[in-house]
Amino acid sequence: MQNNAIDFKRQVTVKLADIKLQGALSRLQSRFVEGRSAVISEIADLPETRNAAAAIRDRVLNDLEHWLLQFEQQATARGAIVHWAETDEDVNRIVAGIARQHGVRTAAKSKSMVSEECELNDALEQAGVEVMETDLGEYILQLAHEAPSHIVAPVVHKNKEEVADLFAEKHQLPRKTGIAELCREAREILRPAFLNADMGISGANFLVAETGSALIVTNEGNGRLVTTLPRVHVAITGIEKVVPTLEDVSTLVRLLPRSATGQSITNYVSVLTGTRGDADHDGPEHFHIVLLDNGRSKLLGSDMQEMLRCIRCGACMNHCPVYQNIGGHAYGWVYPGPMGSILTPLLSGLEKSPDLPNASTFCGACAAVCPVKIPLPDLLRKLREQQMERGMKSRQETFMLKAWAWLALRPNLYALATRIAVRVMRLLGGKERLLHRLPGAHGWSDGRDFPAPAGRTFRELYRQGGRK
Amino acid sequence: MRVGFFVTCLVDTMRPGIGFASLKLLEAAGCEVVVPEHQTCCGQPGYNSGDHKSAEAMALKFLAEFETFDYVVLPSGSCAGMIRVHYPDLFKHDPELSARFAALGQRTYELTDFLHRIARLEKVPGTFQGTVTYHDSCSGLRELDVYRQPRALLATMPGVKLQEMVESTTCCGFGGTFSLKYGELSTRMADNKCQHITATGADAIVGGDLGCLLNIEGRLRRTGDHTTRVLHVAEVLSGEEK
Repeated sequence: MQNNAIDFKRQVTVKLADIKLQGALSRLQSRFVEGRSAVISEIADLPETRNAAAAIRDRVLNDLEHWLLQFEQQATARGAIVHWAETDEDVNRIVAGIARQHGVRTAAKSKSMVSEECELNDALEQAGVEVMETDLGEYILQLAHEAPSHIVAPVVHKNKEEVADLFAEKHQLPRKTGIAELCREAREILRPAFLNADMGISGANFLVAETGSALIVTNEGNGRLVTTLPRVHVAITGIEKVVPTLEDVSTLVRLLPRSATGQSITNYVSVLTGTRGDADHDGPEHFHIVLLDNGRSKLLGSDMQEMLRCIRCGACMNHCPVYQNIGGHAYGWVYPGPMGSILTPLLSGLEKSPDLPNASTFCGACAAVCPVKIPLPDLLRKLREQQMERGMKSRQETFMLKAWAWLALRPNLYALATRIAVRVMRLLGGKERLLHRLPGAHGWSDGRDFPAPAGRTFRELYRQGGRK
Repeated sequence: MRVGFFVTCLVDTMRPGIGFASLKLLEAAGCEVVVPEHQTCCGQPGYNSGDHKSAEAMALKFLAEFETFDYVVLPSGSCAGMIRVHYPDLFKHDPELSARFAALGQRTYELTDFLHRIARLEKVPGTFQGTVTYHDSCSGLRELDVYRQPRALLATMPGVKLQEMVESTTCCGFGGTFSLKYGELSTRMADNKCQHITATGADAIVGGDLGCLLNIEGRLRRTGDHTTRVLHVAEVLSGEEK
């Protein structure tokens, strides 16, 4: 997917002024923040469970090749075929090839963010395969020709009324208003798509090395239909999603739905292992697993490796005050919020995403809820350091930072400069003791007054032995 | 207890009264307080903007000025977090220095954390009368676990009624240079905070970090609220708020 993060600042202005979006985003707090809070305490040993989850992910990442090869061996032994894709284009080529090989004309798809990374739907349409998204949110977005704005709740930026309008227009049916009616309408349209699809496409939340299984957690049941009804199943995910054992998965699955949607467990947890056996009542005849690198392996062994622990729960964005105010589209690529502000520069280019590492107050709400303890603010800071080292910061910012440091390391000069500055600011503050404009810092004063300083520094008053 | 007091660059320049209020509280707690004369800034602006080198230089300056004290106390959770959590990280490549910074960090406290847990101050000099609401600044809360300490100290004041706002632990949008670079977004976040403050009907919004307080006051005043007082917790506790 093309990275449009360069447009971040302009998008912020647009999103802050979008009243419908703001209304939709206001539901994040009650639905996800309070939702998580209500169930996360069910885990009696939460700190230990998070430590264990992080350790499971680190164990894999420290020897990823080993675990991937074991996964491939086990999956192959059970009849699946594992494909390795270095780039997004490789994924599209491989999946189009699989479709051609099996004479696929229609595909039903459940949610996969990696497929968004590749814009797989477009590639398949060009290869003559009709693709239907079957996750309700993704289906709505397919109708609207929009990208997901959240990795778990892709259509969180739309309200019910917008969906009702969209359905009435695209389905050419009388406009429904109730959520149950809208869901029924979608279900009636999607049902034949499941039954007729030649190929099912899914993501995978985890790959299990000891069994060669792909595991998906879903709520709507579409994931299970897509992966068991059609004769061909293609699972697409990132190479970092492997974990050693089913026991490890059980630890991670205690955390994933609770962190993501505030559920103790999702409606479905599907462990997809191998092709349909003689005694099986369902399952695909052909099972292909496509594993995408797309820059992930470059992070192994680097000071950014911790980012690969991510299990895509979305808790960081749900709790991020920046995401809560602008939504996901402003971030410009596949992954929004704090995890996206790190992944987008790493996978898609820091030079194309200069704002993303900086658009954070480092409030730390993301790291506090991350189930696998990714130090998100620290990683954002490291990206800022890379920007500094590579000369990607504006000349003005670099000058201000260097000048401040230079002055702060010279206490006598610093004392003089600050004494002058606070006196000038006190004068400018006038009777109101407020500065309405800050020269060179309009970012502050466009929306805020600056409370004028007292006019004397603490250090000079203290030295004079005075107390104000 | 010999306490080195680091006033922080913001309090030094913008609201020196908070510094004197802090001294009064530390003395009330029985501390011998020293204010090293050549202190300036902890280096956080550079550190958080990716300027690792300048942060290292300022950390070394800080170490030279404060290493000899029993405790170091600051009226800011953000700067205290810089020293406790991030200074040792800056010198990972030098185990000896990193250990010295870690030892210094363990003796470094945010003001209310120190007064409540270490100095065990039970009677404060202040006499504030009115309803207050408390904003939990991010670094103090999440890096240093400062939440109940300021509330416990305020609870010793008979005239103070604490009326909690919703989402008191949500960021106010300051974020240092963030507030300049992304002014519009920062202002919106401040606006959300101000609405929660106003909804409590409190006479004063109180907090432990001047950066956040300037941000909140700046938005309140711009939107026409000239009556809600914006106070550092040290000012309320010490009675130096007038």
